Amino acid sequence: MTDTKITKEVVASHGLSVEEYQKVLEILGREPNLVELGIFSVMWSEHCSYKSSKVYLKNFPTTAQWVIQGPGENAGVIYIGEGIGVVFKMESHNHPSFIEPYQGAATGVGGILRDIFTMGARPVANLNSLRFGSLEEPKQRYLLNGVVAGIAGYGNCMGIPTVGGEVYFNDCYKGNILVNAMTVGLVRVDKIFKGNASGIGNPVVYVGSKTGRDGIHGATMASAEFGEGSEEKRPTVQVGDPFTEKLLLEACLEVFKTDYVVGIQDMGAAGLTSSSFEMASRAGTGIEMVLDDVPMREEGMTPYEIMLSESQERMLLVAREGTEEKIVEIFKKWDLDAVVVGRVTDDGFMRIKMHGQTVAELPVKPLADGAPLYNRPVKRPEYQTELQTLDLKTIKEPVDYNDVLLKLLDSPTIASKRWIYRQYDHMVRTNTVVLPGSDAAVIRVKGTTKGLAMTTDCNSRYCYLDPYTGGMIAVAEAARNIVCSGGKPMAVTDCLNFGNPEKPEIMWQFQQATLGLSKACSTLDTPVIGGNVSLYNETQGVAIHPTPTVGMVGLLDDVAHHCTSWFKNDGDVIILLGLNREEIGGSEYLKVIHALEKGMPPSLDLTLEKAVQDSCLEGIQKGLIKSAHDCSEGGLAVSLAECCFTAEGHRIGARIELPVDIRKDALLFGESQSRIVVTVSETDLQEFKGIAENCKAPVTVIGRVGGERLSINDLIELPVQEMEKAWSEAIPRRLGV
Amino acid sequence: MIAKVYVTLKKGVLDPQGKAVQHSLESIGYKEAEDVRIGKFIEIKLADIPKPDAEKKVKEMCEKLLANTVIENYRFEIL
Repeated sequence: MTDTKITKEVVASHGLSVEEYQKVLEILGREPNLVELGIFSVMWSEHCSYKSSKVYLKNFPTTAQWVIQGPGENAGVIYIGEGIGVVFKMESHNHPSFIEPYQGAATGVGGILRDIFTMGARPVANLNSLRFGSLEEPKQRYLLNGVVAGIAGYGNCMGIPTVGGEVYFNDCYKGNILVNAMTVGLVRVDKIFKGNASGIGNPVVYVGSKTGRDGIHGATMASAEFGEGSEEKRPTVQVGDPFTEKLLLEACLEVFKTDYVVGIQDMGAAGLTSSSFEMASRAGTGIEMVLDDVPMREEGMTPYEIMLSESQERMLLVAREGTEEKIVEIFKKWDLDAVVVGRVTDDGFMRIKMHGQTVAELPVKPLADGAPLYNRPVKRPEYQTELQTLDLKTIKEPVDYNDVLLKLLDSPTIASKRWIYRQYDHMVRTNTVVLPGSDAAVIRVKGTTKGLAMTTDCNSRYCYLDPYTGGMIAVAEAARNIVCSGGKPMAVTDCLNFGNPEKPEIMWQFQQATLGLSKACSTLDTPVIGGNVSLYNETQGVAIHPTPTVGMVGLLDDVAHHCTSWFKNDGDVIILLGLNREEIGGSEYLKVIHALEKGMPPSLDLTLEKAVQDSCLEGIQKGLIKSAHDCSEGGLAVSLAECCFTAEGHRIGARIELPVDIRKDALLFGESQSRIVVTVSETDLQEFKGIAENCKAPVTVIGRVGGERLSINDLIELPVQEMEKAWSEAIPRRLGV
Repeated sequence: MIAKVYVTLKKGVLDPQGKAVQHSLESIGYKEAEDVRIGKFIEIKLADIPKPDAEKKVKEMCEKLLANTVIENYRFEIL
């Protein structure tokens, strides 16, 4: 195999450009053999090297007093006091999930879990952000079913609750669904582990499942546009084994209690290759590995296959010299393989041997850190101006607003996701305080009074219409959701899903969206502590809407002061924080009722946003606010409707009088940002108004809770039950279940 | 007319269920059980149609529903 001649075709089939191959030749001073070429190919793939995105990722704010670990490790860590760190990260598994939805989604969950427990943390919650095409298409229903079952299958078997997330449906995802999985874990801050191969002579230990021919070239596949022939690429999909992962988790956490471990890294995309190279690169060392000792599932595996395999549930660990046997013993107790496969060396080279021969000899640093970096051309798309043009005069105001509201509640993007989250175990570990279905999930941090709020958000239609504003809104909305649950927004992980970066228009979207994210993260003081980039989300030249998904974690000092989105008691006063503007561009209303994805997305004033969030959070912390729900897709009317029925088994109506100074459809269904609907009891009204005024947040009393109907001016008059029926049946009905 | 369909995992695809069964066999003393792969056996009672038609239909059933051809192979016989 090492004798295969490296022709132009072989280089191209490894996804390396002519220039990139030239750089390989320069680094090596000779031609690589096939194993070495394979290693270059995965290490320099977009997925591992961030070669197109790095120039923009540098703009993210990444530090704050509470940030312990920013980007660059397996996951970021923030400090929440009492010696406790919160580790979290979000990662994409889009392409594998499109090819085999169950296994693709399952291994996506498995992969992000390993990223978290590699850091020494115990995972305590999962979230996921999912995007599909229209449910009217059988293929999309199949994909949704498979993805949800895969997430449930893996997460439930691991005994980790899936507590929240989001699901969007839009035709732009029909050839490229998005599966972004996020995990949150807890760690003692003096027990954080990193991916470091330091200490010359230290043993390199392979732990976990055996290596098979799974997912070979997965990392390269994940970075190549789908064409008609992608059916052929199918057998490379990995199969997840959550039971083994559970053993791996417990074994790792046990070994972390000792002082045997120097560094550890998950074998994720590009498996043994990326884990060994990245660990050696961070420590400035080299590694000598003997592949004969790698546990293998199949006979006759070549060095190429072993180095590139993406078999799941494996870790690479560097131990203190002399502790090898004790480590092996611990893993053996958990029924897992643990084998010394190499040693740390001092010459900065990766030397890989098999059958007594050196099959690869590569300098670590130039390969791991020297990936080509691109400042790719950027160009505002020619269609953008036309896309942003929306003449409100051509949009007819509806005759029957009740009908519009029911149609919006029936839109799968807005409708209840209960059919999805009821398949997830969201209460295992008994820490979940606010279950899925409210604005952000809240879990308790056992042994303390603290709680964590968490959410994922991104309205990609806004990003398509104006990526800068869309990027800002993704962060602002995530923070708003955290605040509505009673949390103080702390930090962000992002999953940047875009099309082909070689197209200047896509790179422009990327540039603008990341600038927007950076701006909002700085203003709201929520640094980015990690994440992932997924490019080439295109099928036959058509890209998805730019989708920079934001995962955010917030802190509740006292978990008793959490809040849910639904109305509580008869007679409570309903207050709108924020302002209604005449904005219907990019709204779900415009899409569902007028079949248009056009206009400018709602504007975002970060000062106003902060004021609204601050007043809401203070009101919750002081125990004044009884419910808080932000206005997002579907606008104020949908938000108010949801407040009436999202509590399971508890319906309650409301009477609303809104000042009408803008178009009625914009008033009801426009998606102006920085708005939160809160309720307080009559006796607390003045005190809360005082807080809002102090924070400079616009505050308007708009109605009262009570009755069995929702009425808004003389525009909306509907029984709560009827609205709930439309909202709760929308997805099951389309799935035929 | 009966169609007997055998669905098995493709070579090289990880079989967690088979792995668990192999482990159990080993733990109750069958050290010689080195590897276990688990598949499905499906019997379909068919209306009496000409055999070539039946073969065509069963093949379609396998492709569309009975086997996940991303990770599984199938074969069948019609009796």
